Amino acid sequence: MELYRSHVLICGGTGCTSSGSDLVEERFNEEIKKNGLEKEVKIIRTGCFGLCEVGPVVVVYPEGSFYAHVKPEDAKTITEEHLLKGRIVRDLLYYESLEEASDQVKSINEVDFYQKQMRVALRNCGVIDPENIEEYIAMDGYAALGKVLTEMSPADVINHIKQSGLRGRGGGGFPTGVKWSFAAGAKNDQKYMICNADEGDPGAFMDRSVLEGDPHAIIEAMAIAGYAIGASQGFVYIRAEYPIAVQRLEIAIAQAKENGLLGKDIFGTGFDFDLEIRLGAGAFVCGEETALLQSIEGYRGMPRPKPPFPANKGLWQKPTIINNVETLANIPQIILKGAEWFSSIGTEKSKGTKVFALGGKINNTGLIEIPMGTTLREVIYDIGGGIPNGKKFKAVQTGGPSGGCITYEHLDQPIDYDNLIALGSMMGSGGMIVMDEDNCMVDIARFFLDFTVDESCGKCTPCREGTKRMLEMLEKITSGRGEEGDIEKLEKLAYTIKDSALCGLGQTAPNPVISTIRYFRDEYEAHINDKKCPAGVCKNLLTYYITDACIGCTKCARNCPVDCISGEVKKLHVIDAEKCIKCGACMEACPVNAIIKK
Amino acid sequence: MKTLAELAKIRDEAKGKIDLRGKKGTRIVVGMATCGIAAGARPVLLSLVEEVKKRNLNDVEVVQTGCIGVCRLEPIVEIYEENGEKVTYVEMTPEKARKVIADHIVNGKVVSEYTIGANA
Repeated sequence: MELYRSHVLICGGTGCTSSGSDLVEERFNEEIKKNGLEKEVKIIRTGCFGLCEVGPVVVVYPEGSFYAHVKPEDAKTITEEHLLKGRIVRDLLYYESLEEASDQVKSINEVDFYQKQMRVALRNCGVIDPENIEEYIAMDGYAALGKVLTEMSPADVINHIKQSGLRGRGGGGFPTGVKWSFAAGAKNDQKYMICNADEGDPGAFMDRSVLEGDPHAIIEAMAIAGYAIGASQGFVYIRAEYPIAVQRLEIAIAQAKENGLLGKDIFGTGFDFDLEIRLGAGAFVCGEETALLQSIEGYRGMPRPKPPFPANKGLWQKPTIINNVETLANIPQIILKGAEWFSSIGTEKSKGTKVFALGGKINNTGLIEIPMGTTLREVIYDIGGGIPNGKKFKAVQTGGPSGGCITYEHLDQPIDYDNLIALGSMMGSGGMIVMDEDNCMVDIARFFLDFTVDESCGKCTPCREGTKRMLEMLEKITSGRGEEGDIEKLEKLAYTIKDSALCGLGQTAPNPVISTIRYFRDEYEAHINDKKCPAGVCKNLLTYYITDACIGCTKCARNCPVDCISGEVKKLHVIDAEKCIKCGACMEACPVNAIIKK
Repeated sequence: MKTLAELAKIRDEAKGKIDLRGKKGTRIVVGMATCGIAAGARPVLLSLVEEVKKRNLNDVEVVQTGCIGVCRLEPIVEIYEENGEKVTYVEMTPEKARKVIADHIVNGKVVSEYTIGANA
């Protein structure tokens, strides 16, 4: 029997791993050994805690002490002070877990970032060791599969999911139970269940984190779905760019097979279900379900027209259901806690919770899960901790390259599928990029179009040619060559592409343009008519000046990479606008903020 | 795995290994500053942990703290009840610790002869 008195949880998500949590873990192991605590303290590598901004994250239980920005050398301090002597190392705690006034130390569950969240899909991320099936089982893992196989008929399961109101979390928001019923109703000797883990939106990483932190939940959910629709074979389509997620999933599948939770005659009920991984090469379009099917079959990932829908004719022409990772992560909980429990969370038409990847100009960059209907203000200010450096909030981009912007005036709108669409954006997979006054909205539209042009598969003309022309027009505007009438042309082309493109990628590609024109037409006009970029982003529309505040310290001249600043010591310096490459190095170097850009 | 009973068995066993990460009711605090360690707090701590595990006391956590102040009475063990009440045991040994778990934690009877009141 293990007798550990303390657990040290080290984040092994991609964020913390890239900021060095591997080395932190190594050092902890060394220090624990050095101090003879191997039998008392257990080190566990978990999935993402969500607050990636302050990684590497280390949490020590039973106290729940939340250490942030842990460096390898801190392992020694934490081991000697906290683990050996029981003195929490206050200097290394996440700033908010130390209450200055009362000098009280809050546990990880008590800080604001987590208090406002509700974790359903992410419930095990940062809590269990994803490479240990026992820890998943301890959190009631596979109990839902057991319940489904022994107590419920496939029709019961589908009704249960229908009643819960769960909608697809991959973007479209189609009711999951209804989708399942299509495949269940299709008659065929072979059906397939697929998990779409081809997460491709810039800035979105929720599916990756679920797979890294709780891979067994996806396996269990897929087996449940397989039972409901009558499929005996499943595939997880995941991009090869997610090596940690792939590795953990492989381990989890092997463990599930070893324990008889995948394979033949599961729980002695006669139900067979097997699962395999299919790696994608990272093309954005392969997240579109018909292109994904092509890719699994070994062809080039290109969409085909629907209908027929995959539920009737999918993989190798067999009925197939494709669900997103986060959608699946909710399934075991809905089975165990009930459809009523799930549908009690959220708004009238959007039930449950949603995971968002919070990024951009926000203090608490990371992964959050909130009940549907939470307002944008709560997300940005209460959970996200507001905008850094006292800057002004401008807009939030949701839905990635298929979505749009939500502006200041809509901060108090509840977030759900239908509301976001009404505002001209969409839920998408849940990327949420926050922008402040320093972001140029025309440039943002250009950025997303650049992405779509790159990722367009080229099969249909509206997407292949149309998005390219839109990008050219945006580049023309941001480089200062915009002409009267360009906005109208952009709009016309945008709506044409929306109406005529073959798949979801093309149909939604113009959204960032439409949405930024809708809310920030004045910025487009400033670029075109006044040849100015109000946010000071578009280089061609900017000039750097040195004001009278200059003290002649020569720092700017010494930092200029093209030697375009001249002036004597202690006298006003001048920038040669002809030679200036607008890199901003002088502005950063200036100690008295005498350099401005206009 | 062929039955739900097997799954339940694994779950119950594994739960004991991770319940450290949940919220707790009673806190047992062991003074582990230099004075405490010198007086033999480590074996006391270990026997407390062992006893808690053995008896499956899921809502009890055993944690360390620094110097409690009365170094001459170390090893010191303090028990904080959920309602905020505190009992301080002094000059502890592994044997005494086991008795405290059995009498105080399990049966709710304070072992008065070990408390600071009886020994100060």
